[in-house]
Amino acid sequence: MTPHCTAIADHALLVSFGTDFSQGAHDAVLALDRALAADMPPGAIETVPAIVNLLVSFDPLVTDHGQIETHVRARLETARSTQIQGKTHRVPVCYDAPFAPDLTAVATATGLSPEAIINAHLAGQFSVLMYGFAPGYAYLSGVPAPIQVPRKPSPIRDVPAGSVIIAGGQCLITTLTMPTGWSIIGRSPTAILTGDDTRPFLFDVGDTVTFERISADSFARQTAAHV
Amino acid sequence: MSDATFTVTFAGPLVTYQDAGRPGHMRFGVPASGPMDRLAFDAANAALGNVSGTTAIEISLGGLILTSTKGAVTMAITGGDFTIQHQGQKTSGWTILTVQKGERLALSAGKSGSWAYLAFAGQLTAPQWLNSQATHSNSGFGGGALKSGDTVTVTNAAIREDRLGTIPQPEFEDNGPIHVVTGPQDQHFAEGALDLFTSQPFKVSDAYDRMGMRLNGAKLALNSALSIPSEPIVRGSVQVAGDGIPTVLLADHQTTGGYPKIATVISCDTDRLAQFRSGQTLRFKPVSATQAIEITRRYTTAKAAYLAEVSTPRGTLAQRLMRENLIHGCILDEAQATIGSTSTA
Repeated sequence: MTPHCTAIADHALLVSFGTDFSQGAHDAVLALDRALAADMPPGAIETVPAIVNLLVSFDPLVTDHGQIETHVRARLETARSTQIQGKTHRVPVCYDAPFAPDLTAVATATGLSPEAIINAHLAGQFSVLMYGFAPGYAYLSGVPAPIQVPRKPSPIRDVPAGSVIIAGGQCLITTLTMPTGWSIIGRSPTAILTGDDTRPFLFDVGDTVTFERISADSFARQTAAHV
Repeated sequence: MSDATFTVTFAGPLVTYQDAGRPGHMRFGVPASGPMDRLAFDAANAALGNVSGTTAIEISLGGLILTSTKGAVTMAITGGDFTIQHQGQKTSGWTILTVQKGERLALSAGKSGSWAYLAFAGQLTAPQWLNSQATHSNSGFGGGALKSGDTVTVTNAAIREDRLGTIPQPEFEDNGPIHVVTGPQDQHFAEGALDLFTSQPFKVSDAYDRMGMRLNGAKLALNSALSIPSEPIVRGSVQVAGDGIPTVLLADHQTTGGYPKIATVISCDTDRLAQFRSGQTLRFKPVSATQAIEITRRYTTAKAAYLAEVSTPRGTLAQRLMRENLIHGCILDEAQATIGSTSTA
């Protein structure tokens, strides 16, 4: 895939593999991200992978858009042969009340039972597509089609951290108390912001996530263990 | 040297601890944060002789009142034109003063500007997140926001007599339109939208915080109803929602988003942009990516020269009086050389 490069102000280059979502474009983003991580252009500060494009930010005192683009294009060949082998994470979720206030509404909207919603969510293979919106907000793709529901017309305030929320094909485990218009179907005791400075974020973009059902008792024990 | 402590007698919203920021975590949804006006922040530290990037307090238009409860410390104030009240004296910004135990220092919004910086000769005690005390305002991670009743602690608090007085304000900054590089989604805008954006004035709305600044002015119409896959956002991205209203994203920006972006403000212009106040009018001027880099490089050279000048101690009161006499005697260069060598305590 030949990307399109666009200058962002004086300090970044946006490398785009398409304008609409496709798995091929996203895989190309991940592969280039890996290839650059192994061989960063001189003067580059960081790369930010998103859905169909990758941002390369740089120090304008050291380099410029042209030099970064030359380096990026020269790495595309390496990127093509890069294996995108992310880690797999099993994340515990409690789907019981009071942690799943929208489970019934999702069931009603999809014509399935709450138990079927839970089973479908547990059967899903999710990919960490990108981070955004807030620190540690990892967008996971892979919500099975039968349980996909649109965003609510208006957001609900003060949704607690750890909430497992879905909208369309995406799922997210929240890290902060925040408003959200997504449907809340469970709560996880797993912190995406790990608090460990050597590995502060649980997931890397490109990792795989599956969910594992836990009881309210188990949730309480695992939450208590963090404190 | 010992500690100096203060009680926060009053703090408005968005009065936060900020250091130079935490770059390098955007891929995890974390913007760099740090000062809204990096030039003013750097000037405050330079003028005190601090290490660059030493944590300071960023003060919003809401203002801040500190009451000293222990020790004494010298501090620098820079940024917007804020009103400073200390020991019955009312002054305006860009000054260095020493606050003694029992004294009160009040900073409030003056005539212009949106952010002031209060830097200390010493180290502020505040929580760190990802090796930085910079506050990410939405989450509160990092040093955090100051609230009435809090205690502010400065360790290794020093009194720096040779630094007291007025800080020369930077004069190299451009006062013209804010420079932008157009794109990356200018093709998603209706015909004429980009011309409107770069030719019409925009007024800073009330929706202005550390995340971004919403502007009022010409509506920038998009081509049909479209949604683009979320993509990276930087400090300076100008995104336009379906209502045609542009928002410039700033220090605490989200790291990805799905609104089309018409342009990006170049890095050195985000500092002066941040000092615009709600109700003020500004204009944007498009430059090429190559021109943007040239502007930033010129700016960085001028900023370094300015900070070097500001970081030179002005000397004690006696030395300054002496210099005044010498200046009147027209042997300025020699006098500065002498003072430079005698006051590096």
